[in-house]
Amino acid sequence: MICASACKMNFKNLREYLAWLYYQYLLITGIYVLEPWEKSIFNSILFSAIAMVIYTSYVFVPIHVRLALEFFSGLFGGQPESTMALMN
Amino acid sequence: MARTAANGSLKTHLNQNGLKLEDVNKTHKREKNGPGTGVASRQYKQESFEQAPMYVAVMTYLGYGIVTLFGYLRDFLRAVELERCHVAQEKEEQKDFVPLYQDFENFYTRNLYMRVRDNWNRPICSLPGPVFDLMERVSDDYNWTFRLTGRTIHNVINTGSYNYLGFAENSADFLKTVADVTCQYGVGVCSTRQEIGNLGIHEELDKLVANFLGVESSMTFGMGFATNSMNIPALVGKGCLILSDELNHTSLILGARLSGATIRVFKHNNMLSLEKMLREAVCSGQPRTHRPWRKILIMVEGIYSMEGSVVRLSEIIALKKKYKAYLYLDEAHSIGAVGPSGRGVTELFDVDPADVDVMMGTFTKSFGAAGGYIAGKKELVDYLRSHSHSAAYGTAMSPPVTQQIIRAMKCIMGNDGTTEGIRRVRQLAENIRYFRARLKEMGYIIYGSDDSPVVPVLLYMPGKVAAFAREMLERKVGVVVVGFPATPIAEARARFCLSASHTREMLNQVLHHLNEVGDNLCLKISQQKYSSQPDLYNEANFEPDS
Repeated sequence: MICASACKMNFKNLREYLAWLYYQYLLITGIYVLEPWEKSIFNSILFSAIAMVIYTSYVFVPIHVRLALEFFSGLFGGQPESTMALMN
Repeated sequence: MARTAANGSLKTHLNQNGLKLEDVNKTHKREKNGPGTGVASRQYKQESFEQAPMYVAVMTYLGYGIVTLFGYLRDFLRAVELERCHVAQEKEEQKDFVPLYQDFENFYTRNLYMRVRDNWNRPICSLPGPVFDLMERVSDDYNWTFRLTGRTIHNVINTGSYNYLGFAENSADFLKTVADVTCQYGVGVCSTRQEIGNLGIHEELDKLVANFLGVESSMTFGMGFATNSMNIPALVGKGCLILSDELNHTSLILGARLSGATIRVFKHNNMLSLEKMLREAVCSGQPRTHRPWRKILIMVEGIYSMEGSVVRLSEIIALKKKYKAYLYLDEAHSIGAVGPSGRGVTELFDVDPADVDVMMGTFTKSFGAAGGYIAGKKELVDYLRSHSHSAAYGTAMSPPVTQQIIRAMKCIMGNDGTTEGIRRVRQLAENIRYFRARLKEMGYIIYGSDDSPVVPVLLYMPGKVAAFAREMLERKVGVVVVGFPATPIAEARARFCLSASHTREMLNQVLHHLNEVGDNLCLKISQQKYSSQPDLYNEANFEPDS
């Protein structure tokens, strides 16, 4: 949808393209109708929320992935050992 | 046969794309029609009301949600006096009473409408013809107050006026008879028609309107809205039933409520819903006593101005004959604008005008004047002459306005000796066909029938509504955008009204700008592929099935 419209328009440089993307963001979220200080409030709240999401994922996702891998490999790897132990 | 095969494939093509099709039982309904309507099987060009993709609906509600949150914030700031309140507020002594300004309408007006209201009520300083001049207006405090800069924006293309046949003109040779009549009668009538305001020119207009529509008799009134709201109470009263379409105009709803009759609403243009209601009304009668209804009146409009959809006249007439109901047809937008010679929806569907019990219309749209008429059988109109509130209390139509209608009507009928009228009607039809086809090709979602001169282009999101109007004005095209109270909240639209006085170059200019703005704002969200094959919709090629 946005890509289709973007391809039709001729952007002279990256700056213009980014300005157009910002315009789309303003229109879609409805911020376009608000006064500048309200726009700044919304943008700062959204930006800080996204920053927190990125930070949390940076800190915690590798650890969680490693733990999950260990859990599952322990499950499959440890299984033949325990049944062998039971039979013996 | 190739034609039916083409029709069949077209139908499945439309069905696959998930359109809400209006007419499913086409052949079934056609059996009910009487003689003389078999030719009119060009009846239902499928009217499409395409639904938007899901992400658009989600984003629309998201936008409204965020602006509502900010609305609450601003209301809070106004309540704690951190911000000056520009709107009306209750006085201190009234704070304990029932609140006046707390409902959703007021909240919406304060917090959403005010922010974007520079797109409405723009002051115009010229004739509202195909192009007009706007006075430039800026606001220093975010649309709470406006100030005129003194500059005029010239030659803005007008796509908002209901100037369907281009009779809103000020050239001296066209208006010569109007000037003569003003010199003869003056401008004010200063009386009602029942007292001393019944001029000879009014009688002439009444006869002309009856002749134009092909009915026995007609009566004209000074105001179009008052024609509906003041005459329906004279026709129906308590103990009668009114079956009114979902999207009827406020004047019809007001007239129905004032009459005191029971009102039931059927789904828009949905014949199954209407038939179900008629059967239930005839079988059960009035609510508690079960006596039969004194009268059942079906109220519909010729063209619905917000949707651009056309009424299904032949089916309604078949239903009304079967269940012995009466039909009230409001042709405000369709008289003069549809039909091969501009006679309205009765001509479009090839229906005998005597089948419609009460034909109502206004002169504001296609005739470039003001006022309304009611036409039908002689007994009906004679009754209304004495019993209508508008006739008894409303001032009669002003003579120059009356003469303008007379000259416009004579022009359309061809009685003034030129082919100007029929040329305009044909030009309008061609403009409509061209404009709609091009818009569909571009990929916009458009509502309504292919015959209607009203073209609603769906915008959906509140931010885009404001941005569209402003960007089009920058490119010198004046559009009318419509939002919440007039349309459902998630279906904001821009409404284009085509005119016979728009030339092909003007339409091309508008389309060119629409193309640009559509790309700028990502408005081309239609998923229906449009095949530009005009033959499939050509009247001459159509023939009844079987």
